[in-house]
Amino acid sequence: MSEYLVQFNNISKFFGKVIALKDVTMKLKKGEIMCLLGDNGAGKSTLIKTLAGVHKPDEGEIIFEDKKIIFDSPRDALDIGIGTVYQDLALVSLMSVTRNFFMGREPQKGLPLLKTFDIEKANKIAAERMGQIGIDVRDPSQAVGTMSGGERQCLAISRAIYFGAKVLILDEPTSALGVHQASMVLKYIVKAASQGLAVILITHNVHHAYPVGNSFTVLNRGKSMGTFQKKDISREKLLGMMAGGEELDKLEVELKEMDRLASH
Amino acid sequence: MSVKSQSIQSKKETGKDERLKKISPLRVLLNRPELGALGGAILVFIFFGIVAGDTGMFSAYGTLNFLDVSANLGIIAIAAAMLMIGGEFDLSIGSMIGFAGICIAIPAIYWGWPLWTSIIFAFAMAVLIGYFNGIMVVKSGLPSFIVTLAMLFILRGATLAITRLITGRTQVPGLRVLIEDDPIAWLFATDTFQWLFTWLGSMKLIELRTDGTPLATGIPPSVIWFIALTLFATWILMKTRYGNWIFASGGDKVGATNVGVPVGRVKISLFIGTAVASTIFACIQVLDAGSADTMRGTLKELEAIAAAVVGGCLLTGGYGSAIGAALGAIIFGTVSMGIFYTDVDTDWFKVFLGAMMLIAVVFNNYIRKKVTETK
Repeated sequence: MSEYLVQFNNISKFFGKVIALKDVTMKLKKGEIMCLLGDNGAGKSTLIKTLAGVHKPDEGEIIFEDKKIIFDSPRDALDIGIGTVYQDLALVSLMSVTRNFFMGREPQKGLPLLKTFDIEKANKIAAERMGQIGIDVRDPSQAVGTMSGGERQCLAISRAIYFGAKVLILDEPTSALGVHQASMVLKYIVKAASQGLAVILITHNVHHAYPVGNSFTVLNRGKSMGTFQKKDISREKLLGMMAGGEELDKLEVELKEMDRLASH
Repeated sequence: MSVKSQSIQSKKETGKDERLKKISPLRVLLNRPELGALGGAILVFIFFGIVAGDTGMFSAYGTLNFLDVSANLGIIAIAAAMLMIGGEFDLSIGSMIGFAGICIAIPAIYWGWPLWTSIIFAFAMAVLIGYFNGIMVVKSGLPSFIVTLAMLFILRGATLAITRLITGRTQVPGLRVLIEDDPIAWLFATDTFQWLFTWLGSMKLIELRTDGTPLATGIPPSVIWFIALTLFATWILMKTRYGNWIFASGGDKVGATNVGVPVGRVKISLFIGTAVASTIFACIQVLDAGSADTMRGTLKELEAIAAAVVGGCLLTGGYGSAIGAALGAIIFGTVSMGIFYTDVDTDWFKVFLGAMMLIAVVFNNYIRKKVTETK
């Protein structure tokens, strides 16, 4: 068995004439957090959707646990253990924590045809799982709408893990969160990885990615600019590699210039 | 369990975690979708108890009368509520009632079918039409408002055209004689607990006719269907996996699909549900009146939606209850009958209906904000 849990080799995706992805390669070990960095339009969303089974890659192969895999639908990806948490989280805010946690995969009990949703068991598991990540759900029948953004994110991740994700793809999990909430989510992601999951963390925020990531893949205009281990690259260099890097430097110079002029 | 509750207890005492603040029972109640309708129903009964308490409205006969009207509306309101929770509307309910009526009457009277086969035929047509509504909405992605509005016109027009073509009239009478000895029709046409009413009559506890038989002869079939459907719908919504899928489909279609809920199938089944409920309504009314009328059920779709909304269903889907819709139907049924017992002109009923709905929507919106408010 190879040392990698999952390998995405030379993935390319074309939409008509547009080359959305070209020869992107990523390899993940168990327990590894790989951060996928890139500015808007770099191809991050297309890449995740390809990994999650929404798009079929036009070139390249996906190898999961040493077997070559072809996904026909997101369901296939879910079934082998690639869980994706999209930005919209797939949570219904009017429904309870429990009902959201088990949405689509409710535990049942009772006789055939009279099967009921085992809500006691579901409540127990949901409360237990949320408790493990330090979120005290005072009442698992409370609506998800009453939870904070970070708690919702954690709920969605926790749900993906509970239902058997071995590879977790997280799409911008911290982008809509404040500092405190973001660190809560990042802490949970580290904890999940330490339990043996491989995590792909998509973000454009280097400051969130750098502290938690083991390796970093930078996407720019549909191409991978390479994968770097943490020891080989600094936060500043990583920022520089993203398309925004040079522009931010330029902006800084311009602002200094404006300051200088204003002080005169 | 005890360890856990102790730790919660200790936290509460030290006041370390503000999230463990006790929620008041009132707040728990406020989170129930049927609260508004329950309050409304209580108010309505208090009002008529004071205004019409001594008029016979609450006699056995009067009570069964307004319960019958409520129950008829309730049968379609519950199906409409489930569909609304699932995120869609059905405006073709009223037309479906008319159509189902002639599906029963024409084969039975003009083609010589046994009554029970024409009843089954009507239900089969309902399943087909409901399926068509559902598949159109799901596959085309058009708003159900448009699809079922089209179906409202198509069904009403077809009902009128077919009936005139075959019978030359707009009414098909003569069903009553067929009910007796029919293996299915009794389901929609039998008063139950007749022995109870006979006994109550013999004890002089309820009003009697001049010949000594009780004025109220038994519980009408609509009431039995209404109670059964309320219980069934509540069980489905609260206790089954399918119920969770209904809430999920209405709450967030994309999210539900992403986690594996078969949203399309759920919605199609709910459209079949409203069409079948309309047919139950039609069976009860057609067999009770002994005739089918092409205009039967006109505007019933709007009353059903109004009852569901008063019962706490959100127009945007994902929230509501069958008990709420049942209470909404009871409010409307009680007022529409009760108004005859008061000095108020019955013309005001529609004004009341509209005002009640507006208040309910404002109240529901407020509740939704409360439920989803972030800390």
